[in-house]
Amino acid sequence: MPVDVPVQLLQLGADLPFREGYISSIIYVSLYVSVTAVVLSTLFSLPIAIVMGFADFPGKQFVKSVINTGMGFPSVVVGLAVLFVVSNQGPLGSLDLIFTKQAMIMSQFVLATPPITAISLAAITGVRENVRDAARVLGGTRLDVALVVLKEARYGIATAILAGFGRAISEVGSVLIVGGNITSADGISKTRTLTTAIQLEARQGQYDTAMILGAVLIVLVLLVNGIVVRFGDQGMQR
Amino acid sequence: MTTQRRTFITAIGAAAAAATAGCSETYSGGQSTPDVAGETLTLTTTTSTYDTGLLDAIHPQFEDMYGVTVDAVALGTGAALEAARNGDSDVVMVHARGLEDEFMRNGYGVNRRDLMFNDFVIVGPADDPAGVQGMSSATEAFNTIADAQATFVSRGDNSGTHTKELNLWEAAGTDPGGDWYQETGTGMGEALNIANQQGAYTLSDRGTFLSQRSEIDLVIQVQGPIEGGPELLANPYGVMAVNPGVHESTNYDLAMAYIGWITSPEAQSAIESYTVNGEQLFYPEAVSENPDFQQYVPEDWNNDTSDT
Repeated sequence: MPVDVPVQLLQLGADLPFREGYISSIIYVSLYVSVTAVVLSTLFSLPIAIVMGFADFPGKQFVKSVINTGMGFPSVVVGLAVLFVVSNQGPLGSLDLIFTKQAMIMSQFVLATPPITAISLAAITGVRENVRDAARVLGGTRLDVALVVLKEARYGIATAILAGFGRAISEVGSVLIVGGNITSADGISKTRTLTTAIQLEARQGQYDTAMILGAVLIVLVLLVNGIVVRFGDQGMQR
Repeated sequence: MTTQRRTFITAIGAAAAAATAGCSETYSGGQSTPDVAGETLTLTTTTSTYDTGLLDAIHPQFEDMYGVTVDAVALGTGAALEAARNGDSDVVMVHARGLEDEFMRNGYGVNRRDLMFNDFVIVGPADDPAGVQGMSSATEAFNTIADAQATFVSRGDNSGTHTKELNLWEAAGTDPGGDWYQETGTGMGEALNIANQQGAYTLSDRGTFLSQRSEIDLVIQVQGPIEGGPELLANPYGVMAVNPGVHESTNYDLAMAYIGWITSPEAQSAIESYTVNGEQLFYPEAVSENPDFQQYVPEDWNNDTSDT
């Protein structure tokens, strides 16, 4: 985990009215849950996007519109659905996942997968037309063509992953329901994220500390975007 | 200077060593760590106990005593009981006796104890447009607000405070409605802010109002029983374990350990001495020479048994 980033942010907010370790622990939980969910979503989404980008099959348009609809799923509804699944009474009840990071990862996985699939698919389809013929003419196999297309589409795929990450780290509805916004008594987060911490401050009418946490969240998202975009640019230059 | 500081640090070090020595002695007194060590107790509770910081202040004592972790999930009273109904928590701490009784009658909760109380207050703008200042009856104040059509902010979230407000309207014989009655569906802090922005009246628990008083212009118009107001505005908190006969997976023994601890003289005095901005927020009521047997069962339970 990128430990340096939370530490720097903690120093920025050194004079905040929070207990020691509070902010760094909620940043850690936010990143842990969102990054894990986005990595899993990417592993799940990319193969789907590749298959849909290269193969034609009946009902493809329908699958596409299902994925596009998924981009608009309200996070609260996803949270409720995951709650039913992991609750003691639900199908996964025996695993004791309610109010854990694992349950939060599940709901963010559901939320992040549609945008990552849809945007990756758009990127792959966009490249495919230009490059496929050239790669074929040069004697490439199907696999070669696919690899070339993926390489050309990597910037769009990075955008897809960032969009998924943005959706995951900024949503509050589902992680609040399935995570429970828990800290230990000494203020170390177990399932509290930046967004649920903001919601808690707002509930208590402490709008200024809520705004500070909001600023921390924006800085964090900016940093992650900056890092990914920079990687992408370096890749383009080579 | 330097020498002094060094002496001071040495003193702190010695004190820490002594404290730690004390701890390890206590622990090594038992031959092995207790079996419950490392377990987690899930407590669903209301926003008013959690947001005042009370639980964070007193829980370390319980956690150290048993070597366990308490996961406190703050929800409205309705949602806290619903999570327990689904077997997702081990123990509940809420403040709506009617809902608690229903929960027990349906078999989900056992071993209920009265825990502590504070009271509700009717707050409103300082200029008091409806003229309820200092009324000795909560229902009369509610009716006056309704007659004046003065703006009233309702929690509208099935929380303990919302339930209390609805009971008060019912007792007043008024069915609130119209432009002046606004349901917000938010927590107490937000509801107070909304009432503050609109110059409206609202019903608040005293703890949340006190902890937010410095940031808003609302004042207490009708006091609760702690300051000599009507008994109707009392706000008692109860704690109970989830019935292991309904949900096998519940951590019943740890839940009972928690209830035993929080109703003990030690924890009760910790509750009593907990203050925010110099004000006491909760009044313990679990320890008594003459226990009230009604706390263990739904209210009017005797009548029920004689009926059936």
